[in-house]
Amino acid sequence: MQATLKPPKPRRRPSWSDFQRRYAPYLFISPFFILFFAFGLFPIVFNAYLSFHQWQPGTGLGEMKFVGLRNYTDNLTDPTFWQSLKNTAILALLSGLPQHLIAIPLAFAIQGGLRRMQNFVTAVYFLPYITSIVAISVIFFTLFSWQYGVINSVLNALSGLPLIGALFPSEKINWLGEKEYVQSAVAMVVVWRYTGWNMLLYLSGLQAIPRELYEAASVDGATRAQQFRYITLPLLRPIMFIAVTLSLIGGLQLFEEPFILTNGSGGAGQAGLTTVMYMYRTYASYSDAGVAAAMSWLLFIVIGVLTLVNNRAFGRSGLAGRD
Amino acid sequence: MRQLPRLTLTLTAVLCAALGNASAQKTTLTVGVFPDLDSVVKAALPGFNKLYPNITVKINSLAYADHHTALTTALSTGKGAADVVAIDFGYVARFAEGNGLVDISKAPYNAGQFRNQFVAYTYPQAMTQDGRMVGMPTDIGPGAMFYRTDMLKKAGVSAASLNASWESYISNGRKVVAANPGSFLIPDAGQAAQIIIRTGLKSGEGLFFDKSNNVLVDPKNPRFVRAFTIAKQIRDAKLDARAGGAFSPEWTTAFQKGNLATEFSGAWLVGHMQNWLAKDYSGKWASQQLPGNTFASWGGSFYGIPQQSQNKTEAWALIKYLTTNKDQQVLAFKTTGAFPALRSAANDPVFNEGVPYLNGQKARVLWRQAALKIQPLDVNKLDPIAEQIVNDALNSVLDGSKDITGALTEAKNLITRRAR
Repeated sequence: MQATLKPPKPRRRPSWSDFQRRYAPYLFISPFFILFFAFGLFPIVFNAYLSFHQWQPGTGLGEMKFVGLRNYTDNLTDPTFWQSLKNTAILALLSGLPQHLIAIPLAFAIQGGLRRMQNFVTAVYFLPYITSIVAISVIFFTLFSWQYGVINSVLNALSGLPLIGALFPSEKINWLGEKEYVQSAVAMVVVWRYTGWNMLLYLSGLQAIPRELYEAASVDGATRAQQFRYITLPLLRPIMFIAVTLSLIGGLQLFEEPFILTNGSGGAGQAGLTTVMYMYRTYASYSDAGVAAAMSWLLFIVIGVLTLVNNRAFGRSGLAGRD
Repeated sequence: MRQLPRLTLTLTAVLCAALGNASAQKTTLTVGVFPDLDSVVKAALPGFNKLYPNITVKINSLAYADHHTALTTALSTGKGAADVVAIDFGYVARFAEGNGLVDISKAPYNAGQFRNQFVAYTYPQAMTQDGRMVGMPTDIGPGAMFYRTDMLKKAGVSAASLNASWESYISNGRKVVAANPGSFLIPDAGQAAQIIIRTGLKSGEGLFFDKSNNVLVDPKNPRFVRAFTIAKQIRDAKLDARAGGAFSPEWTTAFQKGNLATEFSGAWLVGHMQNWLAKDYSGKWASQQLPGNTFASWGGSFYGIPQQSQNKTEAWALIKYLTTNKDQQVLAFKTTGAFPALRSAANDPVFNEGVPYLNGQKARVLWRQAALKIQPLDVNKLDPIAEQIVNDALNSVLDGSKDITGALTEAKNLITRRAR
């Protein structure tokens, strides 16, 4: 009996404290990964799978039919897809450029001139960014309305003035109903909404620039404009790269503003139809989930390439170029 | 004496069996609906439970768009749909594909037996190209022309001359707009085209495709050419408010400001007008048939049974009650004002009463006539795509960027690309 008894192992019994020390971190980070797998990774993988199939949502998952690359070729030969890409590019430019052209000097002015009011003014400019899109649309519909809008009333009133009156239209402009104006109207709303966000980015960039540089420059007799040109702009490049990249991606994925301002119709001449809107329409109203999935991957490629180009052209010298 | 215990025993056994059966057969039926249809189902329950005391009905009401999105998801995944689902006309074609919904034309449902009791155009709306039927019609939206009596009077134009033909609609419409500065004849010129596209179809034709899937949109098809021509004339005469679709902000504002002389819509529009859209103009609006002896429908609702339902028999019992029971159909009309799909219900005395908002006009009689004359249209699964493409073409004609032949040729090619 004695012989069968083995000596106890020297190993300690695993204690609760060991266990929790080893595994607690995994437990704590697991919510993110569980949510990410369920709502991030899975949809992406499923979307890729879907893009090679023909499927109508509503018919059941068993009805999926493999069609190879047909969804992709269908999109590439669809004139509306190309038109939506063109609209997206125009809207991204029309709404992207002004955002930065306004935000940089604005941030500089707030940083330099409005020291005391800075927080308040920043908050005011940031407000559109956090306003609900539904509220925004109600306001802009009222402003842009063809027959009853405030913008047209003001423009018409101004055209009655002597001297400068000729600069303003005397006829009412159908902002959201005519294809010449739809894109500008949408771009105006986007600029209004995101300029504050960009200004905040630039403001944080400005605050990172050492004060001494400005002091040295003013000792050397540089004017405000020269300081802006030779100190602010070069040192702001890294943040400009980030802001432009964000605008680029956001601009190419533009959906909410044109969708709501055109009632989801794409507006006159389909000038407000962006690629994401067309994708949504292909899924929700054409019930062609496979084609919509393929479209999202094509848009992904476009965004990827443009971001890379931006990175090459702007980012490398911008991020490394503190010379 | 010896028989008494036996009798009690049998009695107890019978009683037990009856009670046991009753509790076992009590089924709960879920109904997925959207407003205002939920109030119709709610109103129907007392009457329904009198006939079927063993069925408990649970109403699951979601907002219009949410309801259809949730139904799409439920049918895609095969889980989570109610036993009875309401489907708006705009979504029927989408749900008709695949096998998510039960084919109620087959036994044990045999919906076909009720066909001649319903307004003729409703059944084809719920049928697929291969002859399956996915929904029972419950309400319809017969189209009518609404017009402002005071505006017409000011221009010395009679309602009869306005709707005699599309040409006289335009020529007399000019007078109305001229006599009422700041007003518009119609919210959007495109509406006229939509109506004309929906009339004069040859049998076996759908709106955009024929039975064998050939594309009908063509610069040589008189239906589309005329639709585009009339719409273009209205736009060029500056008669429309260019408001786009119904319920757009521009459309709503024009109504609320009282700047519209006429509007084409389903009979249900009166409900909106009196409740919020044109509250201040009560008694100034009246109704007539659409111009040029045309008849069209604006929407309608259906009830279907998802394949995944475990209570199909009970579901069908409820659907039959909601759609084929005359009293229930009349009750539904009184609840929401949605026009009944069941023909006998439209003969109820309530339809001969005047409509207070329309200055007491007996407009329901007109709408009933219209409902009987609306043509059945064959539904095609590609209708949503074709409709979008035709609308785009129409708008490019209206804003002058394309001519009619060019726009229709392009639309034809775009639709043909998709029809594979």
